[in-house]
Amino acid sequence: MRDSNEKGLIVSINAVTKSYQRGNQPVPVLEEITFDIARGEFLALMGPSGSGKSTLLNLIAGIDTVDSGSIIIDGVDIASLGEAELAGWRAAHVGFIFQFYNLIPVLTAYENVELPLLLTTLSRRERHEHVETALAVVALSDRKEHYPSQLSGGQQQRVAIARAIVTDPTILVADEPTGDLDRVSAGDILALMSRLNEDFGKTIIMVTHDPRAAEKAHVIRHLEKGVLSDVSA
Amino acid sequence: MFLLKILARNAFRHRLRTLLTILGITVAILAFGLLQTVVSAWYAGVNASSATRLITRNAVSLVFSLPIAYQERIRRIEGVSSVSYANWFGGVYITEKNFFPSFAIEPQSYLALYPEFVIEPEQKRAFISDRKGCVIGQKLANRFGWKIGDIIPLKGTIFPGNWEFVVRGIYTGAEKSTDESQFFFHWAYLNETLKKTIPRRADQTGIYLIGLKNPQSAAEVSLAVDSAFKNSLAETLTETEKAFQLSFVSMTEAIVVAIRIVSFVVIIIIMVVVANTMAMTARERIGEYAIFKAMGFRWYHVAGMVFGESLFISVTGGAVGILLTFPVARKFGDVMGQFFPIFQVESSTLYMDMSFCLVVGVVAGMFPAWRAVKIRIADGLRRVG
Repeated sequence: MRDSNEKGLIVSINAVTKSYQRGNQPVPVLEEITFDIARGEFLALMGPSGSGKSTLLNLIAGIDTVDSGSIIIDGVDIASLGEAELAGWRAAHVGFIFQFYNLIPVLTAYENVELPLLLTTLSRRERHEHVETALAVVALSDRKEHYPSQLSGGQQQRVAIARAIVTDPTILVADEPTGDLDRVSAGDILALMSRLNEDFGKTIIMVTHDPRAAEKAHVIRHLEKGVLSDVSA
Repeated sequence: MFLLKILARNAFRHRLRTLLTILGITVAILAFGLLQTVVSAWYAGVNASSATRLITRNAVSLVFSLPIAYQERIRRIEGVSSVSYANWFGGVYITEKNFFPSFAIEPQSYLALYPEFVIEPEQKRAFISDRKGCVIGQKLANRFGWKIGDIIPLKGTIFPGNWEFVVRGIYTGAEKSTDESQFFFHWAYLNETLKKTIPRRADQTGIYLIGLKNPQSAAEVSLAVDSAFKNSLAETLTETEKAFQLSFVSMTEAIVVAIRIVSFVVIIIIMVVVANTMAMTARERIGEYAIFKAMGFRWYHVAGMVFGESLFISVTGGAVGILLTFPVARKFGDVMGQFFPIFQVESSTLYMDMSFCLVVGVVAGMFPAWRAVKIRIADGLRRVG
């Protein structure tokens, strides 16, 4: 097994397979997937619908479990973690950006960003500082008291990004982050993600259909029927 | 604290649905409280009865009377401290809907046996010295606006004729459970009139009331009284006041049981309604619960949000229902005073109300909480969008 830290790698995926049950029939989704992601890399996973890219993203984010193989992230084999440990690991190491933003509608932008910090030992004042900083990074400090319904799609996605980065996670996983946005807003979000990667050194793993979004990535990996088919840089 | 904020805001996300559910719980708790109070009122006479008093009636039936001459023989029985007697009069004031219990009593001994009827000494003296005088309960006085000195005409149903009484006293109850809706007058007045109109019914009484020297001797004294009149023309049946009152309640036991069942069915129905509301809520928010879990929130955070919201709704509705029970019960008691002289919400009813609020909240939240906890994050996230 490779040592991810020694090679400056942050994610090391080894012979991962995953299948789902449809009735009594197992449906293979991922077959023997092996690749690494370097620290500070911006990776785009592309492929047609049903190719298994979202499943792979879920496995890397620790919200789904492998059938076999291992996923080592920053030295931790997450496949060996129990449910409780995995929840704690996700809280500390993963920032999520979803296609439909997935903000909590009854909370303001500020409260949504504060949400992941509630699982930390930070004081109220420290939480406030972190939230203000995260909102400043996404240029939404002036909208912090707004509820999601009072924000545009692009603004909601920026709040979601602020929520993803507020705990300073090891990796950012983004599932079609521009899929629900217009061209201009999508451009803003991709610019913001590039900035997070370049200025703050965030490792980003993004699933996308959009070739323009993929252009922002350092590495593009293509999945075809659960198998890695192509790598482009 | 933050989670409390979330659940409070979540609870009013669908304001109309939440308010209607709260209203449903309020009505259910109110109905339960009133029905339980009706049951309590049914047993009020039993609860207010004393362990130191016995009641002797005709062994055949209560509708048959006993000779007044029995009084002295009962008084001589070992363990008896005092004897009084009373007759159900059944008078009607103007119309039958103005019903209230009226008794012909021997004033001195009767009032001595019932210290729970509190009456001013001056009024008591005035009542004892006036054969046509009567003593009425405070509730009865309030109901008809009667005051000291008023002349009350009653139409006899069991003892025919028009009867007139002068209000000489108004008693209050020493305890909450004391019936303040009764009407007492002199047995001697009734007897004198009967001697003139229906002589064969004179010198009779409906029941004897026996004071005991020692409450532990109730069984022995009862036996002794009944033995004393064995094989006489009017054999007696002596029992404690509680047993005597229970014999009336037992005649309507089926109604009481039905009321009790209905009161519990009301709670079960509202439990299903709240469970349905919470199930809908959880179904709508399953994606949000998945997001919470993805961010690292644990199962107990998610379950806490569902249970918290369920409890918030049920406890709010229950609290309003409990608060409303008091004024509604008071109004109900005023309107139905002739049937339920003691109509008070008991503390046991409130404890049951509170317990049911909690049970409804917990049971209604169980299935949705289980669903929210069990949902796979990846599946939950697929529901968003």
